[in-house]
Amino acid sequence: MQPTGLLAAGRLLYARDLKLAFRRWEQITQPVVFFLMVTTLFPLALSPETGQLRQVAAGVLWVAALLSALLALEFMFRSDYEDGTLEQLVLSGQPLWWLALIKALAHWTVSGLPLVLAAPIVALSLAIPTEALGTVVVSLFLGTAILSFLGAVGAGLTLGIRRGSVLLSLLVLPLAMPALIFGARAVDMAVMGDVSRGPLLLLGAMCILSVTLGPFATSAALKVSME
Amino acid sequence: MATWTWFHKLASPPHFYRIAGMLMPWFAWPAAILIIAALYGGLVLAPPDYQQGEGFRMVYVHAPSAWMSMFIYATMAIASAIALIWRMKLAHAVAAAAAPVGAWFTFAALATGSLWGKPMWGTWWVWDARLTSELILLFLYLGFMALRSSIEDPQRADRASAVLAVVGVINLPIIHYSVYWWNTLHQGATITKIGKPSITMDMLWPLLAMMLGFTLYFGAVLMIRLRAEVIRRERNAAWLREELAR
Repeated sequence: MQPTGLLAAGRLLYARDLKLAFRRWEQITQPVVFFLMVTTLFPLALSPETGQLRQVAAGVLWVAALLSALLALEFMFRSDYEDGTLEQLVLSGQPLWWLALIKALAHWTVSGLPLVLAAPIVALSLAIPTEALGTVVVSLFLGTAILSFLGAVGAGLTLGIRRGSVLLSLLVLPLAMPALIFGARAVDMAVMGDVSRGPLLLLGAMCILSVTLGPFATSAALKVSME
Repeated sequence: MATWTWFHKLASPPHFYRIAGMLMPWFAWPAAILIIAALYGGLVLAPPDYQQGEGFRMVYVHAPSAWMSMFIYATMAIASAIALIWRMKLAHAVAAAAAPVGAWFTFAALATGSLWGKPMWGTWWVWDARLTSELILLFLYLGFMALRSSIEDPQRADRASAVLAVVGVINLPIIHYSVYWWNTLHQGATITKIGKPSITMDMLWPLLAMMLGFTLYFGAVLMIRLRAEVIRRERNAAWLREELAR
């Protein structure tokens, strides 16, 4: 039997995860709906006045996106763990960090990317000026990726634990705080009409760090959980 | 290798149980003496601060607690890394025994900081960089302990929490500096840090003695907690029954 190459294995796993996700639409749509709903709550609770909304828009947008992405995190390995697929992946002979990277990427595609796509609409509804939309999209693109790759570690550690979702947020949120700081800052600067390059670059650096180091920690976490 | 035998010996529970029992007083007594001396030095001998008056004496509890909160997290992370790399069960026990102590020191640093902040800054809490990163540190401790307590299999709990501690310690500098930049960018409160001019010796030595005293106190508590951990983990072992019967 011919051993499967790294890229081929990655492509297969990615395609499989996407196919599974698209067969269960609610898994993709739920975080987006949650995102839209939470951002609707803020104008109701604070004030519909544009100037006031614009002041808090960056923070609201980012906190809501972070919580929505967190909501989906729990399901990254859940079904694979329950039906034994994860065990087969561990035994497949492919490096586990690579599979963890692909799985986090697939998870980001179905849970993070929809948030990024929905962000401009939400941003406009929160009175963020159109000039700042580019920053909104780029910052959330990087931020949701950070959360997927960093969160994969937490998702791996909390596999098979009762009431794991509360625990997962306790583990992941402190680690995600730097991303929130720079992401919300970038959007805020763009809303004020400043150049948001600095925080975006730092966000990018964090994204690279979590994409490169995260999978190794995730594979260690999965191995612990599979024993 | 002869140089490594002590390391392997340390990993054997019976040997370690005895060593921890022997070491404990060597940590506890100097800690008690240092803390009492530092309290006297700090509360009685040191002159009042020219700006803050008597209020500055809070530093003798506050700063050492903050130092311990970070020192213990580092201890935990190093022990976890050792445990993961060499599969040393005792190192897992060190991390497990240290975590609650660290969490309490972090809480003490936050609580004393808050008490200090009220007369000095006029509020109980400021979203200052140091305060915020200390708060996040408390969350990291709580996450570590929550993960341990929610996994039933002790070996899995050990290894899962060790992975978390290592991930946390890599993130800690990032969190610290991002919070620092966040605040400097924000430019919120006018007094974010107590301007610390050169401190006089009368004020300094009690502080250093207190820090060393707290560290030794942690050593003593760690030894006691480690013995308890060993008893819990080895409760069915024959050596333990003999040891306790003596």
